[in-house]
Amino acid sequence: MSGTSAAGRFVGQSVKRREDPRLLTGHGRYVDDVMLPGMLHCAFVRSDVARGRIVACDVDAARALDGVVAVLTADDLNAHAGVMQPTMLMAMDGAPLRPLAARDVRFVGEPIVLVVAESRYVAEDAAELVAVEIEPEPAVIDPERALEPDAPLVHPERASNVGAEMAFPIAPELQACLDGDAVHVVTRRFVQHRHTPVPMEARGVVAAYEPTSGELHAWMSTQNPHEAKQAIARVAGVPSHLVRVESHDVGGGFGQKFFTGREELTVALAARRLGRALKWIEDRRENLIASNHARADIADCTFAMDADGRLLGSYIDHLEDSGSFPVGATGGAGALVGMLFTGPYKCPLASMRTRSVFTNTCGRGAYRGPWLFETVAREQMVDAAARAIGVDPLLWRRRNVVPTAELPYTMPTGLPLEMVSPSETLEQAVAMIGYDAFRAEQARTFAGEGRLLGIGIGLYVEPSTGMMDPMGTENAVVRVNPNGQVTVALGTGSHGQGIETTMAQVVAEELGIDIDDVTVVQGDTAVTAYGRGTGGSGTAVIAGNSCRLACAEVRAKAIEIAAHLMEAAPDDLDIVAGQIAVRGTPARAMAWAEVARVAYLETARLPEGMTIGLEATATFKAPGFSWSNACHVCTVEVDRATGVVQILRYVVSEDCGKMINPMIVEGQIAGGVVQGIGGTLYEHFVYDDDGNPLTTTFMDYLLPTTAEVPTIEYGHVETPSPTPGGHKGMGEGGAIGSPPAVFNAVADALALVGATIDRTPLGPDAILGALAARDS
Amino acid sequence: MPRLECTVNGERRRADVEARLTLADFLREHCALTGTHLGCEHGVCGACTVLVDGEAVRACLMFAVQAGGASITTIEGLGGPDGALSAVQEAFRAEHGLQCGFCTPGFVVSVTALLRESPSPSESEIRDALSGNLCRCTGYQGIIRAVQAAARA
Repeated sequence: MSGTSAAGRFVGQSVKRREDPRLLTGHGRYVDDVMLPGMLHCAFVRSDVARGRIVACDVDAARALDGVVAVLTADDLNAHAGVMQPTMLMAMDGAPLRPLAARDVRFVGEPIVLVVAESRYVAEDAAELVAVEIEPEPAVIDPERALEPDAPLVHPERASNVGAEMAFPIAPELQACLDGDAVHVVTRRFVQHRHTPVPMEARGVVAAYEPTSGELHAWMSTQNPHEAKQAIARVAGVPSHLVRVESHDVGGGFGQKFFTGREELTVALAARRLGRALKWIEDRRENLIASNHARADIADCTFAMDADGRLLGSYIDHLEDSGSFPVGATGGAGALVGMLFTGPYKCPLASMRTRSVFTNTCGRGAYRGPWLFETVAREQMVDAAARAIGVDPLLWRRRNVVPTAELPYTMPTGLPLEMVSPSETLEQAVAMIGYDAFRAEQARTFAGEGRLLGIGIGLYVEPSTGMMDPMGTENAVVRVNPNGQVTVALGTGSHGQGIETTMAQVVAEELGIDIDDVTVVQGDTAVTAYGRGTGGSGTAVIAGNSCRLACAEVRAKAIEIAAHLMEAAPDDLDIVAGQIAVRGTPARAMAWAEVARVAYLETARLPEGMTIGLEATATFKAPGFSWSNACHVCTVEVDRATGVVQILRYVVSEDCGKMINPMIVEGQIAGGVVQGIGGTLYEHFVYDDDGNPLTTTFMDYLLPTTAEVPTIEYGHVETPSPTPGGHKGMGEGGAIGSPPAVFNAVADALALVGATIDRTPLGPDAILGALAARDS
Repeated sequence: MPRLECTVNGERRRADVEARLTLADFLREHCALTGTHLGCEHGVCGACTVLVDGEAVRACLMFAVQAGGASITTIEGLGGPDGALSAVQEAFRAEHGLQCGFCTPGFVVSVTALLRESPSPSESEIRDALSGNLCRCTGYQGIIRAVQAAARA
């Protein structure tokens, strides 16, 4: 299954993106570019205390300032707010969400007051005039402290700080294995630090309520316009058929904009109450301290192995820091961390426990591979276990990876692994990087010059899952205009993925027409049917196949019309390059555009009883799991004097089935890889012991730049998925494989001198600390 | 309010502006040139980069009144009048140097300034010159290729 299949006219081609000309010339339309007549501007007053009682909140001076229209507190808004939980999670037991803090505050950055003024400048002036007095109380910042019986409660409405807990039983055979029946039993703890998605465009909303019509029109930076519509309707108390959400261009999301945030909902509610048009554009400090955070996991892992290192049993005890008000599910990632922990490896016995705790910090939310700690913990554990028993980590993986011949394979947690190629991607990646040659160079440079070079592997399988409604379905309307040109309407929320291009490729391919005759509209709830939005690596498989289903219907009808007009049998006709022709007799043909014209404008010529027009609506339902996989391998040098890690080479071998646009696939991989590199080496959201955030600007929260990133090398393996297009989800994968690949490479380099690491980030202080600990 | 007179993308502009109005907000709100984006408002991300008398500057760190008498070029002023892309813009498209597009205007302006100063930069010069612009989508892979392609064009 190595190599890739022949490309179609459009599918499989690196078609240049049609989004690009507007974005390259400054003609994109992001939420901050929306300016309405009479629009007012918002600023939030936020808590500067992690946990405490609001003793006083004096807004008089702010209200008195020229240009201020309203200063709203919890007393003004909270009683009017509907349920703030995301629609698909309303039945879950989550944090007690609220628009504005009332009586107490639960993290630094929690909104307390909303100021509405004639300009953003005045709104911020007024926010400075609001006097909030908070009596601090002991805060819970450490997730392990949150578990202790005497820990203060983050949410006094709840009996404990544990938000979610799930454990599988431990079979007696597994227990015996873990207790020492196996030749090798290795236990390690791994800690992943807190970081955050950081889209370059922060969040924002323009919400306009028009009292006479009762319509609420919101322009937003969102990945998921239809969810935003449902949530705004509920929270603002406007019937959902009177809510319209538009998101034209969205400046990145990476999960942070999948569910609708507290501030956007609060502004929409305020617009409804005031009957005005309000704009709120999140600033960078707000985005860093109060949009959702991510990662922040701890796991104690145990592998039981035979004499050769073959896995006999595994156990993971996982603790997730949910922060105060997680956006989306509390503990939502934890179950997948436990269930996917053995990943692409054969393991007869496994069990897990996962717990999610609230702390007085910014809430956790989705970030590109929300459950990726299963891969981080496993792949780091593989290297640690292999090193502990004296087996090379590559050899360990070769001995344990599920061979293609043994697929489908039922994972010990019951998940069916199939249509994947972990062993092929492993072999392709190590061949590309020259694993054995690097090992020789590593030994030579260490022996000769004492230099610390290292190599690390990250191997994973990714379930783009359709298990939970509505994540597995998307709607597509394929509408042929009377001149034959096609408008495709999708419920997606593209934020960099190039959906206007890739879905046009699919439709043009399926209909046999030119790609320039296809336009994709999305990101507007008034002209698209309900859809799942863009996230969870779902668009190619789910929206792509919805397009295919709708195209099949349109195509069949067009052929039926042509067959009737040409007095030919439908089975003899095909559509090629905009012509509907008799197979083998290209002279007997009629133009696609002519068929479309007849379908709308000369309806008397249609077959008896046929409906007028040429369009179809379809919804694809994805299978429970469609797996993709990849192997990341990188080499690093660790500077013993400065502690700086430099990445020397970076290779990704991936299998996302049939690619729609290889250029876009590689772009998605690159973006994910560099986020993973940033998250492992540079990015760290830091709180002090009292819950004060210390990394509130880009001077403190360090993103990777051109100065640090390596050139990424790509290899492709193609195992088509069982869905019609053969595609697989891949948008998150780059971010999943990279953190353990980088960590393992650094650990491999440090192992040359007997130094060890068990946590990220791997900044110079951590490296120098590891080296010093070895020396002492 | 102070009076500001300057040239933006070749057009004369006159306005009475608050002394504290940033150049970025002047361009976005007074000139309706919304291609200049604000990604951090503290001078690190580079999304708001514009040319002031040919020099790449961060429009979030400059007050509008400081641009009195200056000639300013924004992202909207770099392409052809008929919507044609500049060589730098075309190279970004060909090499997939953008995804969400939010940081893109700052990169295109910075690269335009770089190639005027240094028409054939080495890869390390490119990486050094662009290390003050943040992109979160592309991993910079396509951006570096785009600069190399534009330099060859």
